[in-house]
Amino acid sequence: MSTASATRESARALARDRRRQAWSRNWRTFRSHRSGLIGLAILTGFAVVAVLAPLIAPAEGLEVTKATGGVLEPPSSEYWLGTDDKGRSVLTLLIWGARISLFVGLAATVISMVIGTLIGLTSGYFGGWAGAILFRVTEWFLVIPFLPLAIVMATVLGRSLLNIVIVIGVTSWPGTALLIRAQTLTIRERPYLERARVLGAGPSHQIRRHILPNVMPMVFANTTLTVAVAILTETTLSFLGLGDPTRVSWGSMLDDAFSVGAITTGAWWFIVPPGVCVVLVVLSFTLVGQALEEVLNPRLGAGR
Amino acid sequence: MTILGRADYGRGGESQEDNLDSASSGRHGTYGRYLLGRCLGSLGSLAFMLLLSFFLFRVLPGDPARTLGRGRFTTPEQLDEFKRTYGLDQPLPQQFLTFLQNTLSGDLGISLRYRVPVSDLILDRMWPTILLVGTSTILAGAIGIWLGVRGAWERGSKFDKVSTGGSLTLYSMPEWWLGLLFIAVFAVGWGPIPGLFPTGGLHSIDAEPGTISGVLDTIWHLFLPVLTLTLAYLADYALIMRSSLLDELGEDYLTTARAKGLRDVQVRNRHAVRNALLPTTTVVALSLGFVVTGAITIETVFSIPGLGLLATEALTVPDYWVLQGTFLVASFAVILANLAANLVYGLLDPRVRT
Repeated sequence: MSTASATRESARALARDRRRQAWSRNWRTFRSHRSGLIGLAILTGFAVVAVLAPLIAPAEGLEVTKATGGVLEPPSSEYWLGTDDKGRSVLTLLIWGARISLFVGLAATVISMVIGTLIGLTSGYFGGWAGAILFRVTEWFLVIPFLPLAIVMATVLGRSLLNIVIVIGVTSWPGTALLIRAQTLTIRERPYLERARVLGAGPSHQIRRHILPNVMPMVFANTTLTVAVAILTETTLSFLGLGDPTRVSWGSMLDDAFSVGAITTGAWWFIVPPGVCVVLVVLSFTLVGQALEEVLNPRLGAGR
Repeated sequence: MTILGRADYGRGGESQEDNLDSASSGRHGTYGRYLLGRCLGSLGSLAFMLLLSFFLFRVLPGDPARTLGRGRFTTPEQLDEFKRTYGLDQPLPQQFLTFLQNTLSGDLGISLRYRVPVSDLILDRMWPTILLVGTSTILAGAIGIWLGVRGAWERGSKFDKVSTGGSLTLYSMPEWWLGLLFIAVFAVGWGPIPGLFPTGGLHSIDAEPGTISGVLDTIWHLFLPVLTLTLAYLADYALIMRSSLLDELGEDYLTTARAKGLRDVQVRNRHAVRNALLPTTTVVALSLGFVVTGAITIETVFSIPGLGLLATEALTVPDYWVLQGTFLVASFAVILANLAANLVYGLLDPRVRT
């Protein structure tokens, strides 16, 4: 009795050890990708700013009625990045915009990842007619043109942050699902799963203990890339005026800048900074995603 | 991920039974079956799109008449009249049948804003979009493939680093923001740079279409939007071309070709690039399907009267039948491009005809 529990204990410790070793090994490989590290550093910076936004720049700075600056003032020692058309500090808007961009990007990705993984796993693992139907459904969703859909949804359901998250989530899962499906199909045929089946493992055990842990790294790398796309999408939708009208995001700042004619008046401080932020965040997510893909999928190997 | 991943998601996923099937029926005649299968698949997608469109416009809003005519009616009689005109007082299945019948016969309703049939509007607005997106796609395809090939062949070189870095940055950029910057610098003029190009539109008011000066005028107007879209598309194509050529580099047939004594350029162009072009072709064909989507933001920024601008204009009214029309056309374009991509791929690469 006691020996049995001891071996179980040591087996757990062994597994924990192995997992820790794998993590540190992966981290070492990741560190060797300079671009991935730079991306991670930039993202950390933006995340810290987004979380600490209320401390760095008081929320009052967002209220039009309490704006202190003049209309479209160029950068000065008081307003480092100038003011917008309503006299608010562009820097304050940027800081608060980081929250919306990161939130929408992450929330939409979670939706896309959950749906994509569920459908990809099911259609890959079970095959047969159910798998075939799920595969078809995935293909159908793959061809929905997301921008027209987003425009339609915003018009029909009204404009809100939640709608944007739903639209991005719903249109971006098929890519993940197909990726997971292809992975599941190859893993299903591996000998160790055959062994598990022979030992009497049911589908849920096989999926939870064998397939999911093998597919997860792919999901993880793919997720980082999905966040990048989701943030770009949010910016575009807000620019088209489909975003939540009560919140400031980088896209809605650019929408304002465009509609008040900041381009013709040469108010570059209202146009350039939000775009640069978007590019930095999206590029960082892409670089981190690429580095992760190489760390977790050694087949891609050197040379890339 | 569409950009950094492989183009042929579904391929690894084709089930094994299919492979056995095609093996037993032999190599000949399989393209016919492949064609039939793909066409049926596209019809399925089309049916799904029609259903989705009906759902979005008639079921999701709960009370469509209220949403469709928001701010337009003051009395209940007007609302009833509106419901009768658009058949909204009928039961849902009946409405769906009418919707199917109308859509399939090309009747997309009447624009609430312009008071003309939506199908006429769409046909009218299609050409600027096709001109804009078509030109950009061809340019981006040519330049992007060249960049990708050179980058992969000389991987790690300075050229590769600059072109990959540039492509990744362009890929991370909202294309309309780039357009805004171009307008600010090259159209409005910034500092010492004078405004060289118009800020928007398709042609000057006094230009006569059909004459040489009219054509030149349109080219002058389209220069910046085409430049913007080309740069945006080019990034995708260069990255995909590069990664698919890198996939080919380790293959044995390249060693064979070198062993035969072929020159480096011949090995590259006749062997490696030919195979690596397959996924890129598919991606280019697929991206053509997103014509409307891609044009929406650029047409808005440069105020080019195409399908994209039609959709964003309809948004402010809101002009539901125009929105539905552009949504259907956008979906149809994607399905068509998908089918074309699959058929071309099947023609070029017999292995996928499963």
